Amino acid sequence: MTIAATSSFYFPRRHLLTCEGLSAKEINSLLDLADKAAEVNRQIDKKRDVLRGRTLINLFFEVSTRTQSSFELAGKRLGADVMNMNVSTSSVQKGETLIDTAMTLNAMRPDIIVVRHHAAGAVELLSQKVDCSVINAGDGAHEHPTQALLDALTIRRAKGRLAGLTVAICGDILHSRVARSNIHVLNTLGARVRLVAPSTLLPPAADRLGAEVFTDMWEGLQGCDIVMMLRLQRERMQGAYVPSTREYYHFFGLDHDKLSRAKPDALIMHPGPMNRGVEIASAIADHSRSVIQDQVEMGVAVRMAVLEALARHLPNQ
Amino acid sequence: MTPAAAKSGPATSDAAATAFLNARLVNPASGRDEPGGLVVREGLISDLGPHLRRNAPAGAAVIDCEGHVLAPGLIDCQVFTGDPGQEHRETLKTASFAAAAGGVTTIVCMPDTEPVIDQVALVDYVQRRARERAIVNVRIMAAATRGLKGEEMAEIGLLQRAGAIAFSNGKSSIANTRVMRNVLLYAKDFGALVVHHTEDPYLSAGAAMNSGEVATRIGLPGVNKAAETIVVERDVRLVEITGGRYHAATLSCAESLDVIRKAKARKLPVTCGVSINHLTLNENDIGPYRTFFKVRPPLRAEDDRAAMVRGLAAGDIDVIVSSHDPQDADVKRRPFAEAADGAIGLETLLAAALRLYHNDEIGLLPLLRAMTINPAKLLGLPAGRLEKGAPADLVLFDPDVPWVVDREQLRARSKNSPFDESKLQGRVLRTLVAGDTVYQYGERPRG
Repeated sequence: MTIAATSSFYFPRRHLLTCEGLSAKEINSLLDLADKAAEVNRQIDKKRDVLRGRTLINLFFEVSTRTQSSFELAGKRLGADVMNMNVSTSSVQKGETLIDTAMTLNAMRPDIIVVRHHAAGAVELLSQKVDCSVINAGDGAHEHPTQALLDALTIRRAKGRLAGLTVAICGDILHSRVARSNIHVLNTLGARVRLVAPSTLLPPAADRLGAEVFTDMWEGLQGCDIVMMLRLQRERMQGAYVPSTREYYHFFGLDHDKLSRAKPDALIMHPGPMNRGVEIASAIADHSRSVIQDQVEMGVAVRMAVLEALARHLPNQ
Repeated sequence: MTPAAAKSGPATSDAAATAFLNARLVNPASGRDEPGGLVVREGLISDLGPHLRRNAPAGAAVIDCEGHVLAPGLIDCQVFTGDPGQEHRETLKTASFAAAAGGVTTIVCMPDTEPVIDQVALVDYVQRRARERAIVNVRIMAAATRGLKGEEMAEIGLLQRAGAIAFSNGKSSIANTRVMRNVLLYAKDFGALVVHHTEDPYLSAGAAMNSGEVATRIGLPGVNKAAETIVVERDVRLVEITGGRYHAATLSCAESLDVIRKAKARKLPVTCGVSINHLTLNENDIGPYRTFFKVRPPLRAEDDRAAMVRGLAAGDIDVIVSSHDPQDADVKRRPFAEAADGAIGLETLLAAALRLYHNDEIGLLPLLRAMTINPAKLLGLPAGRLEKGAPADLVLFDPDVPWVVDREQLRARSKNSPFDESKLQGRVLRTLVAGDTVYQYGERPRG
């Protein structure tokens, strides 16, 4: 797994902030590199030195376990020094602005900052104020690029391709950065995207994003190759957007009945963490066609690929 | 009655038929008003038309209608009962007796009960009670928000599957615009109708009647009719952005009707209703603080009443409801401002409505349309029409015979009728539900 070995590699960017605007060539370069990282990750010696001497800061303004640990592991496997900064322990709690935090961190001379923030656009704002590379690990309901890339990699490894596949993204599209990033990546790679949700969980003009919209899940899953479930946050199922957990599960939870509308070899995906019995039946989560664990594995590989791709543009002197 | 009762008749098909001869068939669905007859078999209308005016099929039981009007049984989409929780006011059974006596063959019960009908188990319960005790069809309008509090959506999808035919916030408006938007948006996915009481709760707080000269003279706090129009205007705007099906339950003033008329002209999925009280009464009827005339929305001025009638005749108003709301003496025999809102109306609905017909304010067909085919279409019911294969839910009435309302003779459990001692014209002679006679003038109620 080195970029030198892949001559067609193309990713001329300093930051990874969005999937919108990434070309198929850029995405495929990252996925090819991630494929190799996945190989390395299955060996006993996973340690490499692409990022030796580099400092990676995980700056998380929102609580995360899997994305943060995935980046941490990716950084460490590539030889970087990794520091985790959580909002609960940072000076943000003391009233520091986002930009001041960025300037402070910048003064510590990191090479890459991975940022998650509850406000859409916050990561891009931060990227304008620092000298290092910035990776968006989720900004509000805007984007979560590495999630969409790991989803694409998981699909590509299982199906051999993305072009021509029909992917149904189901659930809380309104608040989902995962959905938005996926819509861009999947469309760029030639897949057909469907969005399946009650109208209350669909953003306005959802059909203008390059997706077909369904409010009936049985219809939405008809003949699809991939069923991608989204997490529904508990505070959103108590009557504001959806009447109850019970009703949501009945009409929008992935169970055998609804899944039977998809192709017989359809894959089941979920970005995690799952609410079993809310958006997905427990048996479905553990189904033989569920690739939810593969997604976690590919998450580390994709993040290694992204880190390595960005490291190429870091100054060497 | 129930399908089981219909099946208990004799085995041969001829003998199972009942022919209604010598009738004036009035069918608002087709716009026909002509002499003829109608045959009922196994709970359904099996034949009808002028050819049956004198001749019944061989073996059929014959009922001579003596030239009286035979029309589809009325469908009343706003009936409050006290079942469950306030059975001393009205039960499903007593409401159904009142309905049968008024020629009403389907009542739609509102969710304002104790507990509120906001859960599947309650829909099941009311449906079972109705099957066991009611003599007319009972359908359920379930709560749109939990506890009718206007805060959290009720389980609209599951309630619909359980049998709820529409969703309403009962006697209160959903004040929170965001909640109302989400209810419309969510209900749209299920094709569910949202029925809304339109009255701004902040403007109407503490009001006892319509504001204006009458309220000022008698010293009662009033609410401006704009409190209604403001909500209707807001709701229409929300329908525009959500595409949800919307029905303003009971309008009471010209301005609100104007908003609905314009929304309809823009092809929005909007309809509206009016209560019989707002078609036939006005604020002057309150007189010396008569609490039986205290209703929600409050009775308005005469020009608004006249506008409602014109709107009905023009087809801008889709349905007439009784807004039957039984209140006992304890809550009505109080100073006006402290008395409960509500008036019973099931038994007097048809006769009171005929007042408009006798005053030449509207024709018989458009009048009946608003209580038969229009509510049937609105709620997706098979009744409300004279048609082969339709349920034999029928009313036979004499539109002209005069009578004086005596509330003690009414069958509703509570007696708060604003038409008490009124002279009305038009009397229900017989009411049939699925071919069974559930009311006949002059006979004591059974059960």
